[in-house]
Amino acid sequence: MINHNVDVAVIGGGPAGLVAAVSAQEHGVKNVLVLDRNSWLGGILPQCIHDGFGVEETGSSMTGPEYAEMYIDMAKKQKISFMNETMVLDFDKKLEITAVNREGLHRIKAKSVVLAMGCREKTRWNVMIPGDRPSGIYTAGVAQSFINLYNIMPGRNIVILGSGDVGLIMARRLKFEGANVKGVVEILPYASGLTRNVVQCLDDYDIPLYLNHTITYIEGCDRLKSVTIARVDENLEVVPGSEEKIECDTLLLSLGLIPENELSKTTGVEIDNVTGGPIVDQFFETSVPGVFACGNCLQVYDTVDVLAKGAKLAGWYAARHAMKQRKDIQKHIQVVAGEGIRHVIPQRICKDGKISFTLRVEKPQQTAKLHLTVDGKEIFIKKLLWINPANMVEIDIDIPDEIIRSKSELEVTIDG
Amino acid sequence: MKNFHVAIIGGGVIGSAIAWELSKYKLDIVVFEKGCDVASGNSKANSGVIHSGINSPHGSLKARYCVEGNKMLRSLTDQLGFSLKWTGKYVIAKNEDETKELERLKKVGAENNVPGLEIQNGSDIKKTEPNVSCYAGLWVPAAGVILPYEFTIVLAENAAINDVIFLLETNVIGLKKKNDGFVIETDKGVFQSQILVNAAGLGCRNIVSMVEKPDFQLYPCRGEYLVLDKNYNDLITSMIYPVPVKELGVLGVHITPTIEGNILLGPSAEFIDDPDDRRTTKDMMRTLLLEAKEIIPSLPDKAVINAYSGIRCKLASSDEGGWADYRVEESKQTPGLVNLLGIESPGLTSAPAIAKEVTRMISKYIELKTKNHFKTKKKGKRFSEMSSAEQSDLIKKDKRWGRVVCRCEHITEAEVLRALSNPLGARSLSSVKYRCRAGMGRCQGGFCTQHIVRIMEEEFNMNLKDINLGLPASNLFYGRTREIQK
Repeated sequence: MINHNVDVAVIGGGPAGLVAAVSAQEHGVKNVLVLDRNSWLGGILPQCIHDGFGVEETGSSMTGPEYAEMYIDMAKKQKISFMNETMVLDFDKKLEITAVNREGLHRIKAKSVVLAMGCREKTRWNVMIPGDRPSGIYTAGVAQSFINLYNIMPGRNIVILGSGDVGLIMARRLKFEGANVKGVVEILPYASGLTRNVVQCLDDYDIPLYLNHTITYIEGCDRLKSVTIARVDENLEVVPGSEEKIECDTLLLSLGLIPENELSKTTGVEIDNVTGGPIVDQFFETSVPGVFACGNCLQVYDTVDVLAKGAKLAGWYAARHAMKQRKDIQKHIQVVAGEGIRHVIPQRICKDGKISFTLRVEKPQQTAKLHLTVDGKEIFIKKLLWINPANMVEIDIDIPDEIIRSKSELEVTIDG
Repeated sequence: MKNFHVAIIGGGVIGSAIAWELSKYKLDIVVFEKGCDVASGNSKANSGVIHSGINSPHGSLKARYCVEGNKMLRSLTDQLGFSLKWTGKYVIAKNEDETKELERLKKVGAENNVPGLEIQNGSDIKKTEPNVSCYAGLWVPAAGVILPYEFTIVLAENAAINDVIFLLETNVIGLKKKNDGFVIETDKGVFQSQILVNAAGLGCRNIVSMVEKPDFQLYPCRGEYLVLDKNYNDLITSMIYPVPVKELGVLGVHITPTIEGNILLGPSAEFIDDPDDRRTTKDMMRTLLLEAKEIIPSLPDKAVINAYSGIRCKLASSDEGGWADYRVEESKQTPGLVNLLGIESPGLTSAPAIAKEVTRMISKYIELKTKNHFKTKKKGKRFSEMSSAEQSDLIKKDKRWGRVVCRCEHITEAEVLRALSNPLGARSLSSVKYRCRAGMGRCQGGFCTQHIVRIMEEEFNMNLKDINLGLPASNLFYGRTREIQK
């Protein structure tokens, strides 16, 4: 066992982990260590070679590798330590991490821990697509890594299921590589990725988008031969007789992302059943004291810019905890996602002040009002335009001390 | 033309068990397998249950081989190192009426000498299985689980290190009976053997029909399964079965806690025409979840990480009630042809006993002399199963034990290498998956495939285009991005 003592240990060296590490170091801790499973830093960013990263944050549109580079450079200047190709096997409530790499087993004692493990893609089985089990079925991100990181061509004639951003970007990417992209199939009446991606990746290349459609059958005993698509009604049930067979050798799945929290769960970090990520307070602290969470393992973000905002705070508060600059906070109130709201973060508030809420709504609406209520009393109201489950809503609200002391629930709702 | 004492058609659990049993003797043996690996048909697509023998009537071959095989597995697991867990099982009755069926099963079990059978009431069962709701249940302690693919692979690899030749991706396309044996025509050449063992599973009738007119029909009966995420492994500790579905000659949708921690739901039972139609269907997925929820009401909907199906090789149609006994016999018309027909459940449990029986049959033709240097290769421990000291020691010896490539299951690069270095020469992505479990977790290969492919290219000089998922022609890729534009 190789022993280490650090102030802040960051699990995951993707965008969230890098930003949190840089932020922790900037806020005064001496000894920050980032652990990552890959041989590179930046997580998913190096394979995202399209641009659009950092627009909000820096004003210039970068590619994924460029955005990652920006933070890697900062981290290196600050002499943050990294351990790559290192798998965290376990960590406990005393903040002792067990990790393994080619040098051996490591035990890392930390004063605070930042969880930044990211997320994984939903597979065929998360949505239970029946049929045969041929080769040629990839999640969009896996196909993206094969093309952009390894120069490997996963297919020629392609159908994409799900209109998440990765799927849309991959439609265009495969077209560039000479593949025949036969269409993107989306079960909902609207695309689940950003509008700019629908326009720039599908419309500009005449790739059809089949809204209100799903895949009902996968055919092929060795390599994929065809998929059958069908229209769905308003209850998402297949409309009989609407089936249509599309011949293809590859099916890409862009069905959404699942925060990776296997590690968090084994340590007893409480998980929000809706986000799939840890329950946190406004300081991004989880239910285990000294353990903070940020990035896509907390909730799946739309853009790296908003993700970085949260990760900066998480890194800062983790540093504060490591330097014992925080008073122990016993009381907190719950934040509840009420009508029209899918989830809201933070789920707990333990101190008054300006709090940045991030939330997702249940359904698209042109105009709506967001309400915050405590004991039936409205404390905040705001009109929102063009809201959509695909777009995260960010909102800063001042929460006065008497609400914390009231020990009541804070409910967030939305109406038309 | 290479001449063998024994040729075995089929590298499933039956063919592999026979190959291993015969590899103890001074014989030249060859196994023809049409898949890229052994266990590529139903031997990987079943419940992995070691049956006790309560379900087959006394005096049947099914009962005899099942009870014998069950006993043999106890010592085989120590000898070969494959995983086995005696979970026990409950056959549960939903109401008083169904308890009659429990009494009947108990009686059959007693006749077959199955030990420890006991009928318990619903509230007692609740104490050991709090998530299961039932009126009463038959407790069967002599039932357990193995990993069916692991068992088959261990048998085949042990046969291979004792000089049995496995020809993978090899189809038998013609057979001729000659005075002194058989001429076997395959798509990889022509071979000769003195004895021919037909362990072709669903292909058994095709093989018979190459030399004689079959006196039987096959009735393929598909069973679909759902695999649940390991996170739900605490729902049950033993297997939970409903009372058997008599009309179809099957045991019904049951809930099986696998050795790896995933729970299996299934199998369904559906007679189909095409024995190769291994599809899963939306309707059956729904039915499986519904039926499983009748047993475990708290079963989550969103826990499924995979679905698959296997095809039972039945000798009786649904009109006949679906039940027929095994046929383990030498053909009357074609001496030297040993046929293994209708080996459905409990075939996995019966495999070692059937292998012994086939060995006895062969000994009538060939004098069996034991080998002096019979080798045994125990299945190696996984990194994740080792103590920290063992892990550290291994990493010191070979750094690749320290590189985890499958994050869901914590499988290291060294284990992938070990899997790819198998004595059968099986090099598909599934061969790796079934040997070391990389790709079997909740991300279903999303993160580790790139590492496995890298190892295949760098360490085994494999061409990217030749990397298959499982079956021949199930290529993963079409080459490099730039090549494809030429």
